[in-house]
Parts: sequence; C-alpha cells; structure tokens
Amino acid sequence: MDGRVVIIGAGQAAVSCIAALRSADATRPIVLVGDEEHLPYRRPPLSKSCLAEEISIENLLIRPASWYDGVDLRLGAGVEEISRREGRLVLRNGEQLAYDQLVLCLGSRARPLGREAGGDLAGVHTLRSLTDAARLQAEFRPGRRLLVVGGGYLGLEVAAAARSRGLSVLLLEAGARILGRVASATTAEHFRTMHAARGVEIREATGLDALSGAERVQRAILSDGSEHEVDLVVIGIGGLANAELAAHASLETANGIVVDAGCRTADPNILAAGDCASFPLGGRTVRLESVQNASDQGEIAASNLSGGQRAYAPVPWFWSDQYDTKLQIVGIGHDHDSIVVRPGQRGDAKSIWYFRGEELLAVDAINDPSSYMIGRRLLAAGVSPARRDVANADLPLSAMLPPRG
Amino acid sequence: MPQITWLSADGTETSADVATGTNLMEAAVAAGVRGIHGDCGGALACATCHVATDLAWAERLGSPGIMEDEMLDMIDGERTPTSRLSCQILARAELDGLVLDVPGPA
Ligand SMILES: Cc1cc2nc3c(=O)[nH]c(=O)nc-3n(C[C@H](O)[C@H](O)[C@H](O)COP(=O)(O)OP(=O)(O)OC[C@H]3O[C@@H](n4cnc5c(N)ncnc54)[C@H](O)[C@@H]3O)c2cc1C
Ligand code: FES
Repeated sequence: MDGRVVIIGAGQAAVSCIAALRSADATRPIVLVGDEEHLPYRRPPLSKSCLAEEISIENLLIRPASWYDGVDLRLGAGVEEISRREGRLVLRNGEQLAYDQLVLCLGSRARPLGREAGGDLAGVHTLRSLTDAARLQAEFRPGRRLLVVGGGYLGLEVAAAARSRGLSVLLLEAGARILGRVASATTAEHFRTMHAARGVEIREATGLDALSGAERVQRAILSDGSEHEVDLVVIGIGGLANAELAAHASLETANGIVVDAGCRTADPNILAAGDCASFPLGGRTVRLESVQNASDQGEIAASNLSGGQRAYAPVPWFWSDQYDTKLQIVGIGHDHDSIVVRPGQRGDAKSIWYFRGEELLAVDAINDPSSYMIGRRLLAAGVSPARRDVANADLPLSAMLPPRG
Repeated sequence: MPQITWLSADGTETSADVATGTNLMEAAVAAGVRGIHGDCGGALACATCHVATDLAWAERLGSPGIMEDEMLDMIDGERTPTSRLSCQILARAELDGLVLDVPGPA
C-alpha cells in the first residue's frame, strides 16, 4: 500500500503534503509534478508587496531547493491525463509515469474575461502566477490609468499597490458592493472609505460591458453606458478550480474535486487538497482558496494516504494587506445573522464579530491582531463569547478566553 | 553579512550568513530551519515564525512593534519575555552571532 506517491501540482498544498509524508516515513518514494518551471512559491505577495517592489523568487520560495532532496522533481511538466485503471499518468511531453497513490494539488486559476468582451487584448491581465505578476509589475508606471474589474480582496490589493506606484485607478464591482461574497457590509465600508481617501474611484453595481482597442486595450465601456480611457486592466473576478484532469478521469467534480473530510475522492488511491478540492464543512460543500486551507489539507491528505483516519475540521484564517492596513480574518461568516463591531485599543483598530444566533462564526480584525488571535482561540475551542461582552470595549477580550490547556 | 543560528525544538541547529535587510523568517525558511514555517510570508498573520533569544540579545534586538506584540500575546504556545516574530526582524551587522530558539514544532 505504501508505494510510490505522485503529487500533481507544485504549490502550497504539495509542500505540506511532502513534509507530512516524510515525517511519517522518510523512505517513501515521492514524485512531484508541476507545470510551472519554479519550485513551489507563495502567491499572496504577488498581489501585495511584489507589485510595489522588485520580485525575487528566492524570497517567495516556500522551501529552499535543498529541502526537496530525495523528491523526484518534475518541474515544467504538466499532467495531461490520469489513467486510473492502469495507475499511470500521461505528461504533456508524452512521458508516462506510474503511481501507486496520487494526491491532486492542482490549485485554481483566474476566471478570465471572455474574448468577445476584449479579454485577449494586450494590456489585459489576470494575476495568479509569478509570471503574471512580473508582467503586470512591468506595466505599473506612474500616471497610467488602471481599470480593476472585481472588488474582492485581489482587486482591492491590486488597486492599493497601483495607487502606491502612482497609477490612477478605477475599480468596478458588478455586485451591489465590494467584498460582497466574503465580508460584512461594515468591513466593506471600511475598505471603501480607505480606498476613496487614497484616490481610488470605486463603482459598485457596475459591470464591464466590453474592452476595446486596436491591439492594446484603450477603452472600457461600463454597464452604466459610460466610456473610459484605460492603459491597462486587471481582471479579478474570482478563481476556478483546476478540476478537469479529475473530471476526465471520471472522478466526481462540483465546483472542484469532490472529497470527503479526509481529503479522499471515491478512488481509494486518489486524494485532493487545496484550492482544487471541494469538501464538507458545517453541513455544506465548500472550496476555500487560502494558504491555511492548502497547507492543512495537504497535511491531512498525507496522513490519510498512509492509512490515517484524520478528518479536516479547520478554523479557516486569511489576511489581506492594503496600504498600511492589515486585515486578518478567522472563521467563515457566510451564514451570520448579526455582527458586533468592537473598537480596538488604538484609533485605527477595530474588529467585526460575526454571529448566527449566539454562535460566533468569524472575526474580521482591522489593524487589530489581538482581537484576531483571541477570535482564533475562541473558534478553535468552540467557545462563543456573549455578544454583549464583545460589544463592551471596556471589558478585556482576554476575559472571554477559555483556560489554556 | 551577519551570521545567525537557530536552535530548533527537535535539537537541530542551523546557521546561515544572512544578507543585511533580509527578514529573519525568510532567512530561516531559505536555510531550511525546522519549526519556522512563515505561512503568511511575513504579513503578521500566522505567528508560525516565533523565536526567542537570551536577554542580552533581546536588548540588542529591541522591543516588538505594537502589532507584533499583540500577536505574541495571543500566541498558541507559550510567550517568553524575549519572544519575537522573526519576520519582523531584519538582519543587520550588529546581529552577527545571534542565536535564536525556535519553540514551534517542526
Ligand atoms: C495573487 C494572489 C494573492 C493571494 N493572497 C492570499 C492571501 O493574502 N492569503 C491567503 O491565505 N491566500 C491568498 N491567496 C490564495 C493562496 O495563494 C492559494 O489558496 C494557495 O496557493 C493554494 O495552494 P494550492 O497548493 O491549492 O495551489 P497552488 O499554490 O496554486 O498550486 C497549484 C499548482 O498546480 C499546478 N498545476 C495545475 N494543473 C496542473 C497539471 N495538470 N499538471 C501539473 N501541474 C498543474 C499549477 O500551475 C500550480 O503551480 C492568493 C492567491 C493569489 C493568486
Ligand atoms: S511569517 Fe506569519 S507572522 Fe511572521
């Protein structure tokens, strides 16, 4: 059973999978196949510091090259097909590769803007890889007019980085408000105000109808009929799971590769982890695109591969840096029916606590790490503080914590 | 380039010459130090870059920033009087010979 493990997708989830596999059994043969040329690197800085400063791959690597000693590394090699019956993979270069067990860490890709809407014009970017970031960074020149399509974290981070580099920025959000899918109206309000103060023009409930230009993008037509001259465009309208490989191998997919709480697909020899995996959480099937999820699932997959029975029961966490504001999020606030806003200890700090009934679901902390860390410990312990106590800024948050141990 | 040494909880010792200006979480990850993960890449969001040192070095390192201090207060493991988040420390000449304990699990 403990034969050759092949991991497809050399990213965040793969690294933690390798780490866990090795600590369980240092001699087990591991092959890592990745379609990018690079060793696994961190993506979060690509929309943050990397757009403002020189990009150095060394500082982005999740682990140094030497860490992979003993791993059969196949970088720059995409997997084209999984043949489950024969237990082998077909690589893009035609090579075949046998596996005993397989972990799919395929990640996700940016949802593109359709060709008919001008998505293939030069100057139109999506941001997912180091190559994308380098291309975009080269286009960030002071005075240029940037259009950002999409008011999620990625779009807002790009807008912040662009303002810091002296570009003018127009940001469109087709939904009713920015951060509509991921955060409360209160959190969104904070970020809207902050961006407006920095000179970003945000238009909500406004979509993009089309981009046009000779070869390079020159003009954007918005759903309100207005037209704008633009020099470059970033499309930040969400991610799509890389699930086709699994679907072609007749594994179940639904907004991602469907796995159980142990990261297992219906094929006992195939597991999936990270951005590409849809898993059960709190009675629904979800897919999370975050570093926390990728590293924790990578580890769970590894331990279940070696016969473990671990279930993934995460306290999800995420962060976003914009200008000098730090947002830290713990939990998932989707189903909340009320929020409590708590002022922080410093002027620019506050936290937003999401409840469903009396149950704490999530905390957004704005420049307020202590509330974030306390929220994290409360959620990990399954303890909900009283809303009244959270609202009372004179009551120290630490009083709400369960005893350690 | 100052030389930095990390003592991991599992007994491994790692030393590296670190270019001035590099943060000590990145340097640790680059050197393969066990127990330093740096999940958030230095964004003060994960606390997986926790280190501690002796008092003499702690004085030379200076005190943690406000946000760093708040993160440390609420850390999962034990905070010690000299705890720091290593992503917030930049290598500089005066830190040559620095020895850091890594309390986190490998
Ligand atoms: C710009 C940006 C900013 C982000 N900011 C944050 C943040 O602030 N906080 C946070 O928590 N998360 C953030 N994320 C999300 C986080 O980076 C991802 O959730 C995480 O990288 C997912 O890890 P993964 O291993 O599932 O996939 P990835 O790290 O994406 O790795 C998947 C790899 O598989 C490769 N692959 C796909 N198909 C094949 C194939 N057929 N054959 C071979 N290789 C294949 C891909 O090319 C890729 O290299 C950000 C992401 C981006 C793009
Ligand atoms: S690397 Fe995440 S807090 Fe230091």
